[in-house]
Amino acid sequence: MLKQYSFEKTAVQTFDDKTSLAIKTEDLQVFYGQNHAMFDANLAFPKNQITALIGASGSGKSTYLRSLNRMNDGIATVTGKIWYHGVNINEPGVNIYEIRRHIGMVFQRPNPFAKSIRENIVYALRANGLKKKAELEERVEQSLKGAALWDEVKDNLDKSALSLSGGQQQRLCIARSIAMAPDVLLLDEPCSALDPISTVKVEETLLELQKKYSIIIVTHNMQQASRISSQCAFFHLGHVMEYVPTGTMFSNPQIPVTQDYIAGSFG
Amino acid sequence: MNAKRTDLLATILIDLIVASVVGILFFLLAYILTAGLPHVSWSFLTGATDAFSGAGGIGVQLFNSFYLLVLTMLISVPISLGAGIYLAEYAKDNWRTSLIRSAIEVLSSLPSVVVGLFGFLLFVVKFKIGFSVISGAIALTFFNLPLLTRNIEESLSAVSRSQREAGLSLGLSKWKTEIGIILPVALPGIVTGIVLSAGRVFGEAAALIYTAGQSAPVTNFADWNPMDAASPLNPLRPAETLAVHIWKVNTEGLASNAAALSAAASAVLIIAVLLFNLGARLLGTYLYRRVTASK
Repeated sequence: MLKQYSFEKTAVQTFDDKTSLAIKTEDLQVFYGQNHAMFDANLAFPKNQITALIGASGSGKSTYLRSLNRMNDGIATVTGKIWYHGVNINEPGVNIYEIRRHIGMVFQRPNPFAKSIRENIVYALRANGLKKKAELEERVEQSLKGAALWDEVKDNLDKSALSLSGGQQQRLCIARSIAMAPDVLLLDEPCSALDPISTVKVEETLLELQKKYSIIIVTHNMQQASRISSQCAFFHLGHVMEYVPTGTMFSNPQIPVTQDYIAGSFG
Repeated sequence: MNAKRTDLLATILIDLIVASVVGILFFLLAYILTAGLPHVSWSFLTGATDAFSGAGGIGVQLFNSFYLLVLTMLISVPISLGAGIYLAEYAKDNWRTSLIRSAIEVLSSLPSVVVGLFGFLLFVVKFKIGFSVISGAIALTFFNLPLLTRNIEESLSAVSRSQREAGLSLGLSKWKTEIGIILPVALPGIVTGIVLSAGRVFGEAAALIYTAGQSAPVTNFADWNPMDAASPLNPLRPAETLAVHIWKVNTEGLASNAAALSAAASAVLIIAVLLFNLGARLLGTYLYRRVTASK
């Protein structure tokens, strides 16, 4: 029997005007048909930091993440505001394709295209009108270096991406995202299908990437959250219960539900 | 009975079933080829048919079969590709979509002779096109559409949703994702479907008797202008195919060697179908490797 926690008692930090924010949501609600999956999420994500979203399965953290780049369009109804560069991007008139180029996403299972490594990166670039060969080559190299994959694949760019290991595939997916030159990167449990060594590599990559990108990562793994994130939000049954700096979250959680979750005595 | 024995028995049973399927195929192939091949000669393959007796070569019919196949595919592949993409990707799960699906199933269960008569009344008589390659191709398209559409839809749907999400998350449109990412992965399945339906088209006789006609006027294989009446490429000329020819020689052939003629024509038909299958598969594998960079 799951313990009942009050949804009234939350500890969600806000940022003052001096902190530059990458993205911010106001009263974000998500409905799957009649099912209310996300309640009033008010979160702000500082620029060039890694923010981790943690919580049990079904807590709504992935649902929330997928709302940020409108990947829930056609799947769920999302209400509320998503502020990005002063624009509410949760409006019907917004060009979602444009938005997704600025807010990249990496998924739980590595999903490289069944194409060569090079083609994985240049396909979307070319579809967006980048035709110059030299420039495409440059992007391939830069993004693979950014994802710490270049040294492993630079001699095999024409090999099928599916011949790579799981960890390499996931870093290729990261490279593919950053090749679009986004400024926010959303990662939905990117390491859950990877072995520990690959996980470390991805984490190192992310720590390096936060210099250039603002990163929001959903993770099941609390150690991972504490290793790489600066801010940490805890989700419970569709509610954001606590949002504090990561150090505070793991050493001094503010409310009972987070304390129990961190301590592993949840439910 | 213990698990091990059950498995052993099941394996033997399945092996027997597979062996009988393969056995029937090889028996048929061997029978048709041994009966027909001795009568096949170069002049038979390229020669003209005597219009009255049905004796003589099958050159024109062989060409007609391939030409009709190509024309049918040119019409039906783009249409069923569009329909398949629509059903796999764009159609919402509602009563309208299930209506479309049932319509496709009904179309695929129509008897070929009915489709042939329909084509005869509509294209040949009403539209005054006459017995022609194009009437035949349109009638065959009716057969092809449901099979191909279902096949393309299933091949596309079998591609993992995560591939679609990857495309969309990069800001690609649904269309670009479907054409550039999903379609290449689905290609082997689609090629299989095209090969299967091509085999049917190649062997179809009933629907063509009334649409493409039963006569194979002598054509001038030096004239490749589709506008000329005698050109083999002219889509408006009547075109008896190999399958129709076999039927005709068998039912109303007046040639003294009618049995040998139809056996030989059958052997050629079988070989042509096999060659087409092989070619389409090789092409499919080649294309798949090209677009997916797999070895």
